[in-house]
Amino acid sequence: MSNKYTEDDLREELKTKEYEYGFYTDIKSDTFPVGLNEDVVRAISKRKQEPDWMTDWRLNAFKIWKEMAEPEWANVHYDKPDFQAISYYSAPNSKPKYNSLDEVDPELLDTFKKLGISIDEQKKLANVAMDVVVDSVSVATTFKKTLAEKGIIFMSISEAIQKHPDLVKKHLGTVVPQKDNFYAALNSAVFSDGSFCYIPKGVRCPMELSTYFRINQAGTGQFERTLVIADEGSYVSYLEGCTAPSRDENQLHAAVVELIALDDAEIKYSTVQNWYPGNAEGKGGVFNFVTKRGLCETNAKISWTQVETGSAVTWKYPSCVLKGNNSIGEFYSIAVTNNFQQADTGTKMIHLGKNTKSTIISKGISAGKSQNSYRGLVQINSRADNARNFSQCDSLLMGNECGAHTFPYIEAKNKSAQIEHEATTSKIGEDQIFYCNQRGIDTEKAIALIVNGFSKDVLNKLPMEFAVEAQKLLEISLEGSVG
Amino acid sequence: MDLKEKLVSSFLAFENQMDVEDYVHDIRSEAIKTFENEGFPSKKDEDWKYTSLNKILKQDYSVFPDDENAIEYRDVKKYFIHNIDSFKIVFIDGKYSSHLSQTTHEGMDICLLSAALAKPKYRLVIENYFNKIAASDGITSLNTAFSSEGAYIHIPKNKLVEKPIQIIHFSTGNESALMLQPRNLVVVDENSHVQIIERHQSLTSNAVLTNSVTEIFANKRAIIDCYKIQNDHQNASLIDNTFIHQKQESHASVHTFTFGGNLTRNNLNFYQHGERVDSTLKGITIIGDKQHVDHNTLVHHVEPNCESHQDYKGIFNDKSTGVFNGKVIVEKEAQKTNAFQANNNILVSDQSTINTKPQLEIFADDVKCSHGCTIGQLDSDALFYMKTRGIPEKEAKALLMYAFANNVLESVKIATLKTRINKLIANKIGVNIGFNL
Repeated sequence: MSNKYTEDDLREELKTKEYEYGFYTDIKSDTFPVGLNEDVVRAISKRKQEPDWMTDWRLNAFKIWKEMAEPEWANVHYDKPDFQAISYYSAPNSKPKYNSLDEVDPELLDTFKKLGISIDEQKKLANVAMDVVVDSVSVATTFKKTLAEKGIIFMSISEAIQKHPDLVKKHLGTVVPQKDNFYAALNSAVFSDGSFCYIPKGVRCPMELSTYFRINQAGTGQFERTLVIADEGSYVSYLEGCTAPSRDENQLHAAVVELIALDDAEIKYSTVQNWYPGNAEGKGGVFNFVTKRGLCETNAKISWTQVETGSAVTWKYPSCVLKGNNSIGEFYSIAVTNNFQQADTGTKMIHLGKNTKSTIISKGISAGKSQNSYRGLVQINSRADNARNFSQCDSLLMGNECGAHTFPYIEAKNKSAQIEHEATTSKIGEDQIFYCNQRGIDTEKAIALIVNGFSKDVLNKLPMEFAVEAQKLLEISLEGSVG
Repeated sequence: MDLKEKLVSSFLAFENQMDVEDYVHDIRSEAIKTFENEGFPSKKDEDWKYTSLNKILKQDYSVFPDDENAIEYRDVKKYFIHNIDSFKIVFIDGKYSSHLSQTTHEGMDICLLSAALAKPKYRLVIENYFNKIAASDGITSLNTAFSSEGAYIHIPKNKLVEKPIQIIHFSTGNESALMLQPRNLVVVDENSHVQIIERHQSLTSNAVLTNSVTEIFANKRAIIDCYKIQNDHQNASLIDNTFIHQKQESHASVHTFTFGGNLTRNNLNFYQHGERVDSTLKGITIIGDKQHVDHNTLVHHVEPNCESHQDYKGIFNDKSTGVFNGKVIVEKEAQKTNAFQANNNILVSDQSTINTKPQLEIFADDVKCSHGCTIGQLDSDALFYMKTRGIPEKEAKALLMYAFANNVLESVKIATLKTRINKLIANKIGVNIGFNL
């Protein structure tokens, strides 16, 4: 074989490769072969019929990503995912537009029922519009009409790129730039779908907006991109819930969520995350590397509430940039780890404007052999006069094989800043359990009761229908952790 | 030639003039290799994220001052705690000053490390304790490589050392820039009690960089109280590395009072090896101008039923920067640990900065661990109250600041030292109040 590799060879190779991938074949499963290169990025963009600016934006992100190294500072240990062994796009069999639930593939509905989420019920009882995202492509959007009357735009992001390119172009990547971090860059290059939401000036969104995510096909990474824009004086409450069926292989989930709250607007973003955490031996489970950040303009407020019970490895810091004067950032979090789970989660509150306020309440519960870390940054810049922060991080340890860690970074450059940080670590008292036992509550239930009390501050912040679900999740996650 | 190259190349010359047995020689050679690999820490190291040494490393420090410099006691009397009887180990430009010192070999050894390294009768202690707990990071290894002089304190069993021991390092400023690397070894055997006051003082405004390492061993039921007074000239920088190894039921405390200096970095590490150990780490920092103070503490709880108390107060004026990085690690076996950590700060000016990171790493479930951290201002109501009662604003502020820092002073066991610190605080805040409340 001649050892000269000419441009012709390369061209030939690319040609065959492209053929291999079958970009233009309309196969039913619609999953790309594994691997990531510029062509894959182009193909994703093409498949979604995106305009050129979007393709360029993705390619730019891909270029940045190639230059970046995987972050290692987090207090988690795992086998790094092989980015060339992941398929970057998968869509359900066909992509029809539904007007009502009846048209949705009954098998899909069945899966949802198994997960305990009945769209029907939610629709009727909870008055929730669902933008159901299954393996990256939105298949059902309900209540669209009610929302449309108010001028609220709530659709999948790929649809938004088609229909509202100006809005997307203006805001996409402004809060989480492509070069922000390794996983944000990756997401920017290959994001498959996600939700887009725009609340017009002065509109109060009449219902909780929600999306359910799940990972369906084995070996498919999920790269969601969410963009929520609340225009001046508007209000929206957004719910995001995650459930995933059992998987043996580690799956990668690298989402990016951007929130933009313009003057006087308020966004409430709630998450319940219950990806597959791996089995009791620590095998399998989802890698959850998420970048979530919100930008607050004058008098705006962003509130993050999260209940994290799943994933083998979690790496997630929903943050607020308090840019405008008098803006408010809040972070309420419960992170439960059991067995071999590892969570490194927390928040960043960046105070730039005057009279900005932030509150951080973080509750960590570790059981089994898990490791649970809180990592937070409170930064008061020199112009942020009268900034105020209160942080509280409590950890509950169950058993002596788990660990709880706190890494709070506090940086103040303004003399009028008032910052308080407290953290405690404790365990469930034997007398507490005994008291419950005496009253006929078995130990397992007693622990659920105590954990609920411990997490109450955060559970209270969840929308009602979510709170019930979250409470159940806590119980399930800690099952068998007593002994 | 940058400082690192200079130090590495001067190591051979340094080793040649030392005439010591092979034991320490090997440790030094190993350490210089570590330093050569690691170099000085940079902001990329997590532990040095907020403190950059770049500026102070640019000076052309002389590493071995040749001349013996003498100073008169009356010129430096004010730097001693002079109104009480004490043992004194005094160094001038890194060299021992016998006429300012007061050492002893009667029933205990309060003397020089150079003597302990050279004489065979100390060999056993040196082999058992020297460089046993000092870290092997770049900056500590650098000290280890050049370790030759410093204080050597060995208190045998059941001995109460009645007088405090003052360790003072003077720099005369005869060199335009001087680097000092004192190395102290303190071994306190069972049931003994000792108090140590340590101070670094330059006599002119010429640049000084001190990279000090102190190893302290508290054996069973020993009690050790250390007080570090850091009130040096604006051109003097200090990297103080202290490592404390505690056996069961021992009590060790370190109080650090930082008012002066250009860049001050305190690496304070407590390792608890034994049950019912008690560790106390306290500090008051009051700085202004462009001063930079970094407290980096570590308490490692390894065995059950131990306690640790940390309390650091900081008041930052002008363009000063304060850093607090406190780490508490509670290992799996260390059940029933009580670990407390508090860091309270007041920013007085808009250009001052505080970066704090109180960190907990806990692997045991039956523990009580808490940390608290605040950044705030003086209470405007309290200020107003005092002003309405005729106390001028400056004094009123000073009183509030003093009150803020006071509970760190409460645990100082030497009364004259407390008075001295009170004066230093008043001086630093710029008021003339006795604070002897």
